[in-house]
Amino acid sequence: MNVPPSITTLLIGILLTLASLWFGQHNNLLPTAASVEAANIDRLFNVMVAIATGLFLLVQGALLYSLFAFRKRKGDESDAKPVHGNVPLELVWTAIPSVIVLWLAIYSFDVYKSVNSFSNLGNTSMAHTHHAAVVADASTDSALEGEAPAAVTLVADAPSENLVIDVTGLQYAWLFNYADSDIVSGELHVPIHQPVALNISAKDVIHSFWVPEFRLKQDAIPGQETHLRFVPNRLGSYPIICAELCGAYHGAMKTKVIVQTPEDYQAWFQSRQVALQADQQEAAQRLSQPGEVMEAHLASMGLQPEALTQAATQAHQSHLTIPEPSELSEHVNSHAALATAPTILNHAPCHTCSGIRQ
Amino acid sequence: MTSAQLQEPNLSTPVPEESERTPWREYFSFSTDHKVIGIQYLVTSFVFYLIGGTLAELVRTELATPQVDFVTREAYNELFTMHATVMIFLWIIPSLTGGFGNFLVPLMIGAKDMAFPRLNAIAFWIIPPTAILLMASFFVGPASAGWTSYPPLSLITNQAGEAIWILGIILLGTSSIMAGLNFLVTILKMRMPGMTLNQMPLFCWSMLATSALQLVATPVLTGAVVLLGFDLLVGTAFFNPTGGGDPVVYQHMFWFYSHPAVYIMILPAFGMISEVLPVHARKPIFGYQAIAYSSLAISFLGLIVWAHHMFTSGTPDWLRMFFMIATMVIAVPTGIKVFSWVATVWGGKLRLCSAMWFAMAFVSMFVIGGLSGVMVASVPFDIHVHDTYFVVAHLHYVLFGGSVFGIYAGLYHWFPKMTGRMLNEFWGKVHFALTFVGFNMTFLPMHILGLQGMNRRVAEYDPQFATINMICTIGSYILAVSTVPFIVNAVWSWIAGSKAPGNPWKGLTLEWSTPSPPPVENFDVEPVLLTGPYDYGSSPPRSVKPAAMATAAAPVTAAPKPEAEIVTPPPSGDPGEGSSG
Repeated sequence: MNVPPSITTLLIGILLTLASLWFGQHNNLLPTAASVEAANIDRLFNVMVAIATGLFLLVQGALLYSLFAFRKRKGDESDAKPVHGNVPLELVWTAIPSVIVLWLAIYSFDVYKSVNSFSNLGNTSMAHTHHAAVVADASTDSALEGEAPAAVTLVADAPSENLVIDVTGLQYAWLFNYADSDIVSGELHVPIHQPVALNISAKDVIHSFWVPEFRLKQDAIPGQETHLRFVPNRLGSYPIICAELCGAYHGAMKTKVIVQTPEDYQAWFQSRQVALQADQQEAAQRLSQPGEVMEAHLASMGLQPEALTQAATQAHQSHLTIPEPSELSEHVNSHAALATAPTILNHAPCHTCSGIRQ
Repeated sequence: MTSAQLQEPNLSTPVPEESERTPWREYFSFSTDHKVIGIQYLVTSFVFYLIGGTLAELVRTELATPQVDFVTREAYNELFTMHATVMIFLWIIPSLTGGFGNFLVPLMIGAKDMAFPRLNAIAFWIIPPTAILLMASFFVGPASAGWTSYPPLSLITNQAGEAIWILGIILLGTSSIMAGLNFLVTILKMRMPGMTLNQMPLFCWSMLATSALQLVATPVLTGAVVLLGFDLLVGTAFFNPTGGGDPVVYQHMFWFYSHPAVYIMILPAFGMISEVLPVHARKPIFGYQAIAYSSLAISFLGLIVWAHHMFTSGTPDWLRMFFMIATMVIAVPTGIKVFSWVATVWGGKLRLCSAMWFAMAFVSMFVIGGLSGVMVASVPFDIHVHDTYFVVAHLHYVLFGGSVFGIYAGLYHWFPKMTGRMLNEFWGKVHFALTFVGFNMTFLPMHILGLQGMNRRVAEYDPQFATINMICTIGSYILAVSTVPFIVNAVWSWIAGSKAPGNPWKGLTLEWSTPSPPPVENFDVEPVLLTGPYDYGSSPPRSVKPAAMATAAAPVTAAPKPEAEIVTPPPSGDPGEGSSG
């Protein structure tokens, strides 16, 4: 295994390196990048693809070459020249991968730090989030009084402050609660270039919040809160996907994150608040017969009313609180509040909700 | 006690020239012969490979189109849950450790049987009833929370099936622990006189590493599912958040076994490849000691990387970093193996039979799984691809492109030894070609699906992924068809194939020094080590005679060989020799 430093080897090496570097940069394997974090992760991915391509070509090339060059000739029954090992060569192929993976670990750590600047490292970050929540609280109050559009003030004046949103995963929908306002949405609206901090929790089973275009994913775990922070930097609408198996309709548990200009976001935020007040009164009347509404609501989700009873029994047996009737009516209530968004549950238009509104 | 009996030289019985074939009834009995048990494992697990494969084909058929149109959503979850359970616990682990381990380890170390033959038989006979029990759960609705069975979901869906699943895992885990213990004692204590650890075939090294993992890790899984069973059936709250339990603790316990399980499923295959390549390349294994010790390194590192399955579970940052680095370091011993295999093939005289095709394809496919493995070890990237088809592609490149290709290489290589019949080479190559094409067509495009945003374990998906999914589904049908030539070939050859000589491949490890199939208690005469297991192409000074076999048929009655005659050069050889064209 003594590779002579011939011109051929050198040329093959150069070609292999160039091919790897080229493919690393031009693989186009990832979807659109729509957050600040995505750019860093994509660079890391491209570097890893380049290294992997190099090693892939090296090993597959050697195997393919052997397949042709070292095939047993007809009639040759002798053994090959015995080579039991080569310590320098073995040291090389131990040392080089070691250096590569250690470097890759450090690089990954670096990217992780930049992506995860708020994270759950310690108390400081918690305090920071709390502070942001207070700001949002104050601004929402003023918005309710019809004063200056507070959320936008937040964006314009202090872009480094987090827009705090509570995210709840439940079978089979995402609910987004804008911090300390009563706004609950089935779609996530965020203004561009605004740092967003999500406090993620789950009502029933484990879900996972994933936006491929942001390259970010975080499990929603019942009984504890997890966190995710990102800065969207590209206008558009991107899918939010549940990435952790959460039951039969797991594949249908999808919604959208809509990255808007600050103006559009402000308009949406205000319209939502106006609708909220009007609908709360109306919904309160309609919900006097919660059982009926709930059944219709379930039917619209594609579930049989018996399924509810069954699920409730099951939940009771295993001491879970999933579809407690009171909670479901709360859930339906939240639908009713969404006057302008009839598709809170993306998998099936919520006819019940439209019914309530009319 | 048993081992003492087995070590006794068998002086009285006359040695038959040609060993008789084992009567077929023996295979359905509580036999304590390790060779019978090995074949019992292999045939049973292959049946479950076909069942698990059928489940996979149903999954792929559902995924041929973006809509849910073939099975219900509930049934879909049951299918992929049982697919993984069957493939892992009833196919790969039993066939690699139970099947090949049982058949080969005693033969390779010159022992007459395993250390604990009855324990060995019990370990096997736990499997068929458990397997039937798991299959029977289809009548009550089988487990449908994925093979990972994460609570709280596993506590509220198909509870009867989940309870059966838990019982099944406990029983199969027990069987696996028994087997692991047996291998460990056998390898450490029952090697023939004169065979040091460093003269063992590499398959035995890999079984040593595998058994250690089975012993250390499996009890933790058993503990996890016992607690899960309490939560499910008794209403405790170990993992149930509504009672104050923590579902993430289950994930830690589950992966403490289930990551090492990946190495339980790949290390024996590594070992088999280290056996198959030198024989058919007619060249010593390159870097014996490096390959042997890297198995142990992988085994140890495999125990401290489990939380890389939980990078999105809200694990603390320091923990993510530790597990990322530990995981990436595994690439080093694994890389050593891959490079050593390539160097073994390089400069050889390759006999391109079916076993060799599968073995070389193993290296080629495993490299892809290994490279994507390093990528998913990187926390920031894993956060994007975790629970996507990228991971599905990665794990199938390791467990199918790795383990299953390894099993096939082993089957083609040792079928003559096991049955005394040769397999048909032409149909073997047809089988290989179909498997290779079908496998890559099924799983290579899945990398793209995952990167682009398709999550796993879904019955329905965004229509933008329809074309690639259709390609995967067609590939999976080719894969299904590919098993037909193998089954026909194996059944036909076993019944009416041409008779296999004792050493059809001119191998040097001990199993080739005895007739095919080996007689009861393996060796007609006491085996004697004359060469190292991989001394192909050695010049006369390296062994006693120019064309020396691994063992000479030393008459049993002869005096014990003096130490000096046992010529076993350290297989790693001296570095000065290391050069070839």
